[in-house]
Amino acid sequence: MAIHVEHEIHERRKGRNFGLLGLLFGMIAIVFGLTIVKAVEVGDASKLEAFDRVVRPAIIPAEGAAE
Amino acid sequence: MEYIMTDMTAQDRPYEASMGDYFALLKPRVMSLVIFTALVGLLVAPVPVHPFIGFVGVLCIAVGAGASGALNMWWDADIDALMKRTAKRPIPSGRVQPGEALGIGVALSGFAIILLGLATNLLAAGLLAFTIFFYAVVYSMWLKRSTPHNIVIGGAAGAFPPMIGWAVATGNVTIDSVLMFALIFMWTPPHFWALALFVKTDYGDAGVPMLTETHGRDVTRRHIIVYALLLVPVAIGLGLTSIGGPIYMVTSVVLNLWFVKGCFDIWRRDDAAADADNYAVEKQVFKISLYYLFLHFGALLVQAALRPYGYGGW
Repeated sequence: MAIHVEHEIHERRKGRNFGLLGLLFGMIAIVFGLTIVKAVEVGDASKLEAFDRVVRPAIIPAEGAAE
Repeated sequence: MEYIMTDMTAQDRPYEASMGDYFALLKPRVMSLVIFTALVGLLVAPVPVHPFIGFVGVLCIAVGAGASGALNMWWDADIDALMKRTAKRPIPSGRVQPGEALGIGVALSGFAIILLGLATNLLAAGLLAFTIFFYAVVYSMWLKRSTPHNIVIGGAAGAFPPMIGWAVATGNVTIDSVLMFALIFMWTPPHFWALALFVKTDYGDAGVPMLTETHGRDVTRRHIIVYALLLVPVAIGLGLTSIGGPIYMVTSVVLNLWFVKGCFDIWRRDDAAADADNYAVEKQVFKISLYYLFLHFGALLVQAALRPYGYGGW
């Protein structure tokens, strides 16, 4: 069924609703953009890796590597 | 409540606030000055910032300033309704309910502070939080109705943005950012009092103690020249820091001579003389004060832009 205007309030509040929609999309864009920028600024991609339920021997620092 | 009202005819229905009405709560004209000075504070800092983080930083500072404007309008709705200049604001004109303004102010304050903290650093977020607190509580709730020096101390709220912009980039507070703060802080009183002399305000009717009303217009004229003179070392001192340089210094010397000369002229005359030429000198000094601030910060920006080519700084 097609979406249609059921009440005059939809028309009356159209500006506010679209304004809010724009703000929400803006918020999404900001959080997404910040995530990308912060991730890229780390530089070394390996620093972004971590364990996620499964132990990954590849990212365990080798013994004595810090010395 | 809204659902019950939908049965009413269009004429009976209460006014529905638009996005524009809510935006007006944020005092867009004040926000534009905040954006400019915060951007300069961020760009002249010696630490480069990723453009997107810089954008988010300035956006948060602007939204925080807007939020404090909404809180100010919520608190001052009673006196705004009594004064011609402010009677058309969203709350006294009935377009926005006081509770809505309070909700928007609190929500946007929290949003701006948290996002600034996450995007940049805690110092910048802390300074923004203090600025909002200072404007909404210290200035609006406390000083505005209790002392004729409200504009002097309250001016600090408008002076913080370049310092926050600097903190966004560097994560610290230095003499450079303190002097940017001091420049706006010391500039605000003579700028505002010059306006107060030629605009017939109704602050008295609203019970707001402005210097022109509590101490008289001659005292206000004296205060203008004193603050203009105190502003000079601050402006010149900023030129001696790491963000100053020859271009800023020449600009600052010329602007200070121009501004002090104008303030001196204001001090030398009385209201009878001012009435005779329709406050021409006062209006001219007010205009100069706008150029003064804009060109000082513009010169800092030029100085920073020339830095990579070896022409910035001393």
